[in-house]
Amino acid sequence: MIDLLGYAAFFTSSALIFALITLGLNLQWGQTGLFNVGIAGFVAIGAYTSAILTTPEAADRIGGFDWPILAGWLAAALVTAAAAAFTGFATLRLKSDYLAITTFGVAVVVQLVALNAQGLTGGPFGVAFIPRPFASLQDQPALFNFINLGVIAAVTVAVYLALEHLSRSPWGRVLKALREDERAAISLGKSARSYRIQAFAAGGAVMGLAGAVQAHFIGFIAPNGYLPTLTFQVWAMLMVGGSGSNKGAILGSIVVWAIWVGAGAFSAAVVPGDWQARAASLQIVAIGVMLCLILLWRPQGFFGKRRG
Amino acid sequence: MNLQFIADGLISGSLIGLGAIGITLTYSILRFSNFAHGDFMAWGAYGTLSVVAAIGALVGTTAPIGALSFGWPLILAAIIGMMLTACLALLLDWLLFARLRDRGQSIIVVMASFGASMALRSLLEFIFTSSPTYFSRGIQMAIPIGLGIRVTPDQMVMLATTIILVTGMHLFMQRSQTGREMRAYSQNPALARVVGIDTARVVRATWIIGAALACAAGVMVGILVQIRPLMGLDLLLPMFAAAILGGIGSVPGAVLGGLIIGLSEAAAVQLIGAEWRAAIAFAILMAVLLVRPMGLFGRAER
Repeated sequence: MIDLLGYAAFFTSSALIFALITLGLNLQWGQTGLFNVGIAGFVAIGAYTSAILTTPEAADRIGGFDWPILAGWLAAALVTAAAAAFTGFATLRLKSDYLAITTFGVAVVVQLVALNAQGLTGGPFGVAFIPRPFASLQDQPALFNFINLGVIAAVTVAVYLALEHLSRSPWGRVLKALREDERAAISLGKSARSYRIQAFAAGGAVMGLAGAVQAHFIGFIAPNGYLPTLTFQVWAMLMVGGSGSNKGAILGSIVVWAIWVGAGAFSAAVVPGDWQARAASLQIVAIGVMLCLILLWRPQGFFGKRRG
Repeated sequence: MNLQFIADGLISGSLIGLGAIGITLTYSILRFSNFAHGDFMAWGAYGTLSVVAAIGALVGTTAPIGALSFGWPLILAAIIGMMLTACLALLLDWLLFARLRDRGQSIIVVMASFGASMALRSLLEFIFTSSPTYFSRGIQMAIPIGLGIRVTPDQMVMLATTIILVTGMHLFMQRSQTGREMRAYSQNPALARVVGIDTARVVRATWIIGAALACAAGVMVGILVQIRPLMGLDLLLPMFAAAILGGIGSVPGAVLGGLIIGLSEAAAVQLIGAEWRAAIAFAILMAVLLVRPMGLFGRAER
């Protein structure tokens, strides 16, 4: 029973971390219409920033800063926001496709740095011994799991409330105006480019924070945790939940993560050993097809409202 | 400094350029950046590989042509593969892109291409597994051609084929009726419709050309390097960078962009190490976007 509850806590924690990333994407895509194909890259920037700043000294890479966890999370959000702001600055005066291509490139380069800049990121072996919140309780696994869940849920709720507040604030209303009728908004003296860069950076900050929270939840990060599959998953979560809705983003994340984990467990139980890798790729095919079907038949998602 | 990088860069750059032609045409005529284009390359290569195997099963082993690593079955299979890839592109357009294009939000089409790319790539991994495969496992001796540069017979033939394909493409776009219609449509779709250009035909031609060239590039990468389900994904960023560097919509621009990126990558491999190769395309892309976003031969975007 305790095992089952512990697993439920672990599952919910993982799903809520995805929900955080999806909330960031919702600010970028759902509220502002900015296409980001490099989510994995931005999440990785946050994860590595916090990991490098908070871990104890390691022999073969820069480190030993031993910052408190919260400071690491804050730094993760700021550094990722800066990276997102620069990406936006370079591309947002151009057609939207350029942002898409550039974010794709960001993910490629981040992956490359994570793999090859061993002195900074630990290379293919990643960063280990990332401090976990309330680590002193680690000898009581059930309690530790629930406290972790509490921390992650608190962060998610805080980000959710902040984003809800932002979307109703004057700032959020400008974003909405830009999305609905760009010309009218510009004629009122709002700079489309500047607002979009701000929204892209803010969304990036949330993604970076999510990456950091995940790094401290698992205690270990490596480059292969930030492959394009992550980007796909988050997109599927937002599309299922309905872009534009923060509630939808959270619900979509939980639903898609449950489907993903369920399908993984099902294929592990049913598919013979040497076909496991192939079954895993079918899982990705299914997500890709699902994404396309939603775009075709229900672009507003399952919880979103149809846009006017 | 060893001049070998010039030969290597020209060869890989011409393959990038060949792929970038499809990207630049899709972007300028269908008005979206197709993230599934790299997967057309991979599907083309695997399709050709399957046809080669089928021919091999029918007629038995055949001798390679001269000093090359392959015989006539590969050439025939590549032509069939190009047709198959074109069919795949048309099917995908009919199932997905055309329906979304009609709704008029180009960024939704980009997202769909992203989802399709993921599905296509993983489907290849499912069918052929992710381990690399080869058209031929033989080792070719490189021939010195002066200045310390060595090339294999395969590389020379691939370079020549690329030059023929690119020249043919350029003449097609400049001289043929379909090519003129495509250029007219890319400059002003509404006006093109008014003067009676068949839009559906232009769209079809764009997909067929883009997919066939992607397949050709994929087969050549397969001959010179190896075939993997991820081969298209790895070339996607260099191809996008080449198309943007050359100027969206320009066929010679895409090829020149590809050559510049291929040469820079090869130089970077020699100067800073092979592991940073993939960052070069990104650096060039960012430089172009910041300094001259319309590219070398492009028109300024409104």
